[in-house]
Amino acid sequence: MSTTPEHLKWPKEAGCTAVPYSVFNNQEVYELEQEKIYNGNTWHFLAADAEIPDKGSFKSTYIGDTPVVVTRGHDEEVYAWVNRCAHRGAEVCRERHGKVEDGVFACVYHQWAYDAKGDLRGVPFQRGLAGKGGMPKDFDKKQHSLRKVRVVVFHGTVFGTFGDNTPDIEEYMGEDVTYHFKRLMHKPIEILGTTRQYIAGNWKFYSENTKDPYHASLLHLFHATFGLYRSSQKGASIVNNDFHSVLWASSGTESAEALDDMKKDKLRTLQTGEYELKDPSLLKGQQEFDDGITLVILSLFPSLVLQQIQNTLAFRQILPKGKDEFELVWTYFGYKDDTEELRNIRLKQFNLIGPGGLISMEDGESTELCHNAIIRDGKYTNVIQMDGKEPVGNDHLVTEGLIRGLWKGYQKLMAF
Amino acid sequence: MAASDITLELKSEVEDLLNAYAQCIDDDELEKWPDFFTESCLYRIIPRENHEVGLPTAVMWCDSRGMLEDRVTALRHANVYQVQWYRHLLSNPRILSVDGDTINVQSNYAVFKTCNDGASTVFNVGRYVDVIVRDNGVLKFKERSAIFDTHKITTLMVIPI
Repeated sequence: MSTTPEHLKWPKEAGCTAVPYSVFNNQEVYELEQEKIYNGNTWHFLAADAEIPDKGSFKSTYIGDTPVVVTRGHDEEVYAWVNRCAHRGAEVCRERHGKVEDGVFACVYHQWAYDAKGDLRGVPFQRGLAGKGGMPKDFDKKQHSLRKVRVVVFHGTVFGTFGDNTPDIEEYMGEDVTYHFKRLMHKPIEILGTTRQYIAGNWKFYSENTKDPYHASLLHLFHATFGLYRSSQKGASIVNNDFHSVLWASSGTESAEALDDMKKDKLRTLQTGEYELKDPSLLKGQQEFDDGITLVILSLFPSLVLQQIQNTLAFRQILPKGKDEFELVWTYFGYKDDTEELRNIRLKQFNLIGPGGLISMEDGESTELCHNAIIRDGKYTNVIQMDGKEPVGNDHLVTEGLIRGLWKGYQKLMAF
Repeated sequence: MAASDITLELKSEVEDLLNAYAQCIDDDELEKWPDFFTESCLYRIIPRENHEVGLPTAVMWCDSRGMLEDRVTALRHANVYQVQWYRHLLSNPRILSVDGDTINVQSNYAVFKTCNDGASTVFNVGRYVDVIVRDNGVLKFKERSAIFDTHKITTLMVIPI
């Protein structure tokens, strides 16, 4: 692994409360991230187990910007490999998802054929045609597998890593993140669909956004106006292993004191009653968890956000497409044992999330707002001091502590 | 259905509805947009990749006039997004069948988006699958599904298709 060049290292006074904008707009930083983060000792969301249900099922995805295919073999095990033929580098799998009945993945270019594990099974004309051509006698198929990705299936979710020293998944997540992950994935899920959002901003602006409860009641006005969530609501922010985090809240639990403070600030947040829903069925949900928690934003660095907002459940996968763009893939789900009523509630509440989400669409916008404004000024820094200067969570949601955690972990990983 | 049910007059009436709908959105008269639907209705903007494998998730999913009105209220007063305009190009309208007062129609659309930087980009391309009914003498959408090919949604989708 290459060493970090001196000119990219952060000034001494910088740190988790003042991050130089060069991390968002520098091509060298992006290349280093792909090497140290995405090809390093990190776990990446590849698929929900339910997306590859049968023998021969597969799904094309990415780790960072590297194309990866995740498969279910005829032995029912899950495998993943880089989608690049060992022969001359062509894409082997050209579909987003599907099923190969014979379990064979053949490159169309010269029909080199691989199995679900990524092992090379067949090379056309290996022994030549009518005595002519053919591969050298010492050609050994075993030496030419696809580049393999180590996978783990954890509570219905497939994670992959390129790293040789990536810790066990639970150790990687940390105790609280593991708890909340298991809470949302506590029984078999049913995939309800996908949407894809393409955002013209650096992927880390979105990472910050998902660790930022401070913005939720100020940017997302729909949310606040209808009392779905406010910073004064009961909730907590948790940091695990620096860059993983959980935000949770229960709606309808506000302290009178906090509400008074918000009125004093005359925030546009407090416009309750000004907009009334003509059709309130949109917000008519079910309390499906005994703990009363109605909002969880679980951020597993660097590529996954697992969320519960009301009765909506979704994976959000962050896929960098260069330093200036990323794709956000939303995979929506419910549970296999959902009643028809609950399933319909979820489908209706999907209006709240995703690229057209009444309470989430602004997250793409805020990413672009930041990205548009940081061009060239790489040596300037931001200010991340809400609720102090430490990279820690708290028993409330008026904090940027989780973002400080992100940058603390990032700085270590990147040796900045 | 008798072929004679699909009269030139009906075709022209249906095409008028499709065109007026697109013009309403492109002219930013969104407050009038819910009027194109019956009181109980279904409006969906759904990715083709979901629709083709029978997955129900949509980007917008409204099953009442009230929900359509709420979308407009949110867009005007709650949601934050950069100034943008749509321009719909419609083509290939076809009446697939007529059953009494119910008309099944399919057509293609392309929506260009223009923001403050002045560049017009192809934002969303797909087809409308409609169930149109006569409501007090006027044709209205009982169901309108915009099934889109452009599964890469740039930034966000706030204005209906």
